[in-house]
Amino acid sequence: MIKIYEKLIVSSSPHIRSNESVQSIMLDVLIALFPAALMAVLLFGYRALITMVLAVGTAMIVEALWLRKRDVFSDGSAAVTGLLLAMTLPAAAPWWLTVVGSASAIIIGKQVFGGIGYNIFNPALVGRAILVVSWGGHMAGDIWPSPQPFAFGADVSAVTGATVLSVPEKAVMLSLPEMFIGNMAGCLGETSGLALLIGGIWLVYKGHIDLRIPVGFIGTIFLLGLVLGGGFYGNHLMTGLFHVLAGGVMLGAIYMATDLVTTPVTPNGRLIFGIGCGLITMAVRFWGTYPEGVTYAILIMNAFTPIIDNFTIPQRFGEVNESA
Amino acid sequence: MAKAKFAGGIHPEYMKESTSSLDIVQMPPPQKVVIPMQQHIGAPCELVTEVKKIEKGAEVKVGQKIGDHEGFVSSPIHSSVSGTVTDIGLYNHPMGTKVTAVTIESDGRDEWDENIKPQGDLNDLSAEEIRKIAREAGIVGLGGATFPAHVKLSPPSDKPIDVVIINGAECEPYLTADHRVMLEKSEEIVYGLKAMIKALGAEKGIIGVEDNKPDALQSMEELVSEEENITVCPLNTKYPQGAEKMLIYAATGRKVPPGALPLEVGVVNHNVGTSVALSEAIREGKPLIERVLTVTGAAVNKPSNLKVRIGTLASDVIDFSGGLNESLHKLIMGGPMMGLAQPGADVPIIKGTSGILALTADDAYLIESSPCIRCSKCVSACPVQLLPTSIAQASEHGDYKRAEKLYALDCFECGCCSYVCPSKIPLVQWIRIGKAEIMNRKRK
Repeated sequence: MIKIYEKLIVSSSPHIRSNESVQSIMLDVLIALFPAALMAVLLFGYRALITMVLAVGTAMIVEALWLRKRDVFSDGSAAVTGLLLAMTLPAAAPWWLTVVGSASAIIIGKQVFGGIGYNIFNPALVGRAILVVSWGGHMAGDIWPSPQPFAFGADVSAVTGATVLSVPEKAVMLSLPEMFIGNMAGCLGETSGLALLIGGIWLVYKGHIDLRIPVGFIGTIFLLGLVLGGGFYGNHLMTGLFHVLAGGVMLGAIYMATDLVTTPVTPNGRLIFGIGCGLITMAVRFWGTYPEGVTYAILIMNAFTPIIDNFTIPQRFGEVNESA
Repeated sequence: MAKAKFAGGIHPEYMKESTSSLDIVQMPPPQKVVIPMQQHIGAPCELVTEVKKIEKGAEVKVGQKIGDHEGFVSSPIHSSVSGTVTDIGLYNHPMGTKVTAVTIESDGRDEWDENIKPQGDLNDLSAEEIRKIAREAGIVGLGGATFPAHVKLSPPSDKPIDVVIINGAECEPYLTADHRVMLEKSEEIVYGLKAMIKALGAEKGIIGVEDNKPDALQSMEELVSEEENITVCPLNTKYPQGAEKMLIYAATGRKVPPGALPLEVGVVNHNVGTSVALSEAIREGKPLIERVLTVTGAAVNKPSNLKVRIGTLASDVIDFSGGLNESLHKLIMGGPMMGLAQPGADVPIIKGTSGILALTADDAYLIESSPCIRCSKCVSACPVQLLPTSIAQASEHGDYKRAEKLYALDCFECGCCSYVCPSKIPLVQWIRIGKAEIMNRKRK
């Protein structure tokens, strides 16, 4: 009788824990990205698949080497970073561009800060930013492969086109539903708002992302597009929607600006973060030299995250606002 | 229906099926009890020296007062068996410390103290008399907090109380003691509630029950259907629904401000078991010498709801419950969310022990934590809207000023943050450390 008490564990409460782990969350994010990845392959063919596999593989291997760990998948966060980076690359990206971007994302974006949980900037976007400033020719949005739906074996680099943001006049040729499905030039994962939205709904259902960020982000883009866009569509509403569907807004708002580590933890902070991303994106689109501003908008807001958290400490239960 | 739903909270697996339909079984008085002199919030009791001095060799009877303290926030302690005091000294306490305790060998006769007699009719008792009965019977909050009941029944005159809430939420997983009490002692609960209403001069009573106990809800509702000023309030099933502030919010829509007591919003609440104890103290004169608890968990051979004498050793309770099997990995006094893990079973049942939970390796293992990924799930789960990860981090770094600025002291340690954390960080443990350190510095 006494013997069975020898192996008792004495630890602090609570004594039960939920089944959720960092790994299970990362797996859910990968699942959420599946529709967008599938659309990338359907639109851009085998080159898209190669880029995604290469980016994910490089990220996992580089992280394992850096940490001297044998478990290559580990918590799954490196795979997520790799896949997110691939989503921001053009389909015709040469293999070395993908590898360099992915390795930079893991090392410069994440591991130099101390690894998961400690990085300040979104690792995938750090990788992308490095590629944009280093190999602008490959990353600029004016000569990107155009989609060739369901032509899996086609050489996508043969047919290039400009993204709707770099040559807005072209946008008029595209209908909004076409843009929503993703039949336009762009990065692998950014073109299909529909696929991104499906994954986003899954993440909200699983409780991994807070609606405040994408709603704040996309809402700001829409409203500013509506007001400032004036409308080459000749219609303010359509112009607002155009700005939401063009470029990386959907991808950025649902998957990058909601990155757990680099965004605020407070409810109000998250809303501010989303709105800030929208404001900066539109500022770049309207007044900047780049056609697209999502990457830098999110990176800049990442830098403000600690300050935002500090100024948005929530009211406690039962607390009465003095000024109210 | 419940007036309001509190934000946050969690939905753990409730694990109540194995005991929720089992009648409360009276465990016979054990051969030996060990009664700690500290079983309540407030000043520890001192051994009784007047009339019958409590010392080694002294003869005591059931219900005889053996410890008391003159301080207002304290509660006397009574013998739970008849027999001989064989030892007075430090003994294991469920809190993990050693506390002065009186060991009594039972003579097996279970003779009650001759002074124990009914205290009269509720209609004839004054508020002051009810408070005195509650105090003399050693009644404390049986939900686990063990706050002396008579103190809660004595609000300052400038804080009128209009509502008394009886807490039948029992939101801790595994535990079913309160559930069974509501089914088997519903009449006593209502009687005790009436006494509380009278003692406080309150207008109405509300009995709050989580809606995962429909039979208890029904049994209470049937009983109060004739009562004008007592209602039953079904509560959302969500942990920590039974926490004072969450319960008051659900039942009345009132929010107790940070750092304040429920009486600030005109409310006093008591656990169902406390209400039964008050009823028995008035109608039988019976002091608090026994309580109902749940013995459960996968390592328990025969899970049960038992009524046991205060001071019974956990090992004796476990033996009565068919013993434990080899798969035991963790022994907890209380529920899995807020209970205390024990290093062994040589520890007495005290007034606040709501259960003995024996977990197997499936649930009990040491978890390695990984860095915070700032997912904010702890923020969403916190029922008082704190930032658990930030407080824990401040505490971990020894920055107690920042922990205090982030309202560490408002944490009531429900453990929701630790429960949901995907990185398995012992958040509430860090917050506890921070709270203790902040309080230490305040005292200096």
